Amino acid sequence: MDSLRHYLTLHRQNLLDALRRLASQPFASSLTVLVIAIALALPAGLRVLVNNAGALNDSWQGAADFAVYLKIDVSTENAARVARAIGGRPDVANVTLIDRAKALEEFRAKSGFGEALDALDGNPLPHTLVVRPKSGAAGDVEAVAAAVRAIPETDLVQLDTAWVTRLRAMLALAGRMVDLATVLLAIAVTIVVGNTIRLEINSRSVEIEVVKLVGGSDGFIRRPFLYLGFWYGLAGAGAAAVIVAAALLALEPPVRAVATLYGSGFQLAGLPLREIVLLVVGGAVLGWAGAWLATARHLKAIEPK
Amino acid sequence: MIRFENVFKRYPSGREALSGVSFNLERGEFAFLTGPSGAGKSTLLRLIALIERPTRGTVLINNQNTARISRGRIPPFRQRLGVVFQDHKLLHDRSVFDNVALPLVIAGASRREIERRVRAALDQVGLLGRESHAPITLSTGEQQRVGIARAVAPRPDVLIADEPTGNLDPDLSREIMELFTRFNEVGVTVLIATHDLELIEHLPHRQLKLVAGQLAADSGRGGS
Repeated sequence: MDSLRHYLTLHRQNLLDALRRLASQPFASSLTVLVIAIALALPAGLRVLVNNAGALNDSWQGAADFAVYLKIDVSTENAARVARAIGGRPDVANVTLIDRAKALEEFRAKSGFGEALDALDGNPLPHTLVVRPKSGAAGDVEAVAAAVRAIPETDLVQLDTAWVTRLRAMLALAGRMVDLATVLLAIAVTIVVGNTIRLEINSRSVEIEVVKLVGGSDGFIRRPFLYLGFWYGLAGAGAAAVIVAAALLALEPPVRAVATLYGSGFQLAGLPLREIVLLVVGGAVLGWAGAWLATARHLKAIEPK
Repeated sequence: MIRFENVFKRYPSGREALSGVSFNLERGEFAFLTGPSGAGKSTLLRLIALIERPTRGTVLINNQNTARISRGRIPPFRQRLGVVFQDHKLLHDRSVFDNVALPLVIAGASRREIERRVRAALDQVGLLGRESHAPITLSTGEQQRVGIARAVAPRPDVLIADEPTGNLDPDLSREIMELFTRFNEVGVTVLIATHDLELIEHLPHRQLKLVAGQLAADSGRGGS
């Protein structure tokens, strides 16, 4: 019980001592923290971009929907019957009928071609069905489309899933590249912290020697350096989160402008809380690991003479 | 308490620092280790503190064969040993108090225990009231006394010192030796390496004289 309390007290002291040590040389510490921050901000920022592209992709999930243009002479009742028939299929989630009269009105209102339409006689638009298959997989969608194509009232089935598939593949590729960048930059952070701790160990070799002479164990000697690494990683990750947030803030207005031009309500999403926590915890762990490597490698070399 | 049995220490360079040294220092004994510089005094002390290992022979401390102490068991071994250095080896980025407290912190003493023992040790060396000073602001003699306070604060069974008066004038040196004598009087086994024969000639303690790595003379008790 007593030794546990002693242990915890030592840890708390090491934690605070390490923080004080960082604060005592603000310039050097900030440089190291900044290097770590940039190395962590890069994968975190890329991750945010891929997440956003993924969200965009999700909002296009409806792209598995396809449009069915019925023949121009199909009556409204007949169109409704065909819609019900398709909607009754087990592989179809739902079917929306766009009445040709309503479609014309809408087109007139939105397209700005109102006067040109007036010049035509009658309604050039057919009844349209929007079919959403239950499954978004390319093969399943194709099967539904083929069945619909076989219905005599169907004039044209417009199916355009290839680009969605391509976009998804590109996103998967981008995600994998971000994963690789994350691994590489995590290694870089570990090395940066390890090297900083190595210099710290060298500059405190007298202290290490004395502590060894009066009976300090390897663990006792190592701990202050581990906490130093921990703070470097934690501070670096915190700064990285700020950098990412600032970058998103800077990107937000132009992204909104683009989204508005495309008539989309798309909003740039920031790092979700879960990933901020992951970033900060990850940074602290990497800092600790870097310090561990440095101490394992260099502390043994300092022995009392 | 400290027993050397036919101990040899040869360095990789081929130099033989100790050749067949045997002696026995009983618990509570006080002995000086004398001899010209290069005779092997520091090497002998380093073998006791497990800073080095003998090439051949046996070193027993408190009936424990030091050859059987693995690297990982050295820290607890050193915690029971007080060591005083010629150059004090104080940490200059912390106060006198923190310097003396260091071995107690390492040993896991409670805060109250640390306060009490640091004060007691500083009192014994005549530096009570200087806890918050930086070592650098103290004189050389005072710094050496801080070093001694650090060595005795954990109440070690054995106190070894390598030329503890090497940088001090005769008066200060005598004070330091009186300090060691007082610790010896309360039962601590003391072994001090010194080349200052003038200083110790009027002291009654046993003298072990090393010449060229061999025990040339032993004035005292114990026997080998």
